[in-house]
Amino acid sequence: MCLAIPGKIVEILPGEYLSAIVEVVGVRRRVELGLIEDEHPAPGDWVLIHVGFAMSKISEQDAIDQMRMLALLGEDDAAMEEVRGYSQ
Amino acid sequence: MKFVDEFRDPEMIRKAAEEIRRLANPARQYRLMEVCGGHTHAIYRFGLKDVLPANVELIHGPGCPVCVLPMGRIDDGLSMAGRSDVILTAFGDMMRVPGTQGSPLQHKAQGRDVRIVYSPMDALKVARANPDKHVVFFAIGFETTAPSTALTVMRARAQGIRNFSVFCNHVTIVPAIRAILDSPDMRLDGFVGPGHVSTVIGCRPYEWIASDAGKPIVVSGFEPLDILQGIVMLLRQLERGEARVENQYGRAVPWVGNRAALTAMAEVFELRPYFEWRGMGFISQSALRIKDSYGDWDAEPASTSPACASPIRRRRSAARC
Repeated sequence: MCLAIPGKIVEILPGEYLSAIVEVVGVRRRVELGLIEDEHPAPGDWVLIHVGFAMSKISEQDAIDQMRMLALLGEDDAAMEEVRGYSQ
Repeated sequence: MKFVDEFRDPEMIRKAAEEIRRLANPARQYRLMEVCGGHTHAIYRFGLKDVLPANVELIHGPGCPVCVLPMGRIDDGLSMAGRSDVILTAFGDMMRVPGTQGSPLQHKAQGRDVRIVYSPMDALKVARANPDKHVVFFAIGFETTAPSTALTVMRARAQGIRNFSVFCNHVTIVPAIRAILDSPDMRLDGFVGPGHVSTVIGCRPYEWIASDAGKPIVVSGFEPLDILQGIVMLLRQLERGEARVENQYGRAVPWVGNRAALTAMAEVFELRPYFEWRGMGFISQSALRIKDSYGDWDAEPASTSPACASPIRRRRSAARC
């Protein structure tokens, strides 16, 4: 849970609370966007995810670098386990 | 420098390492604390200690929310799972952490309903799916995680979900840094500031470290180059006799933090008078509890009396409390 996971917003979900389908290495899950409402998230944006919530918008290059770093740290499997664990 | 060639920008890493060696005065010993457990993990994994000269020492800080949680809090959380109508939910990181009566995983093996969730919002979903049970979310984490818990509690209230509560163990990083600086046997020259916590709180809460304690602090990212650049920036300040807050991780950390996250935390949480940290003792105003206005979603009954510090004790002798 300590290192943030990069993902790409695929679809903003309808509803009272801002959330989205976010894709992380082919896995699509629901992610809450309430903490980055001010950044006006949209499909195609990359975000850093922590415990099911997008924490900040980042560039695509930063997302690629973050995933590479998770792999170097040996944390990529744990990160994907976390993402798969989010409800759909 | 065993892993350097695998990194992005190995040339930049070599340059940063050379700059550290150039800046480090051989007549001086530098003791720099990396506050965040994520940094500690990266430093070990990447072998960064091998890159640093012998007189630049990295001291590991208190920034791992699992490691700093005292056994008593784990016991208190697990005591809630002892009730047959309770489902205890917790992050996977918590499952093997021992309390005096065993770990959450051991309680699960004994037949208690203890479930892993990866998001507090999923704990709320468990509550929605089990209206005949009460779902407790065992919340841990620094300011990175606390806003997510806050939004979940706000959602529970807005949607009128009454069979959900939070056992709040959120801690705040700045009072821990203050406690470290106040400890007489700890000499430090500067801090590598936490990355993800700072995406929420920004850099301003660290300003007293520079202005009052006279120590430089550089908020840094988690890549090897980020950490080394953070150390370069610290050594440059120390060479000039400066103490400032600098932000090496600007690509993720805005100076003012995340307004929505801070607003959610302020809505739901207030500071506890004190909280126990494993290995550090009691630190004043270093943890969050749920405000009375959200008391219906607090797994700990509202009370400020130290005699009532344990929810088990409170449950057993509520009248005396």
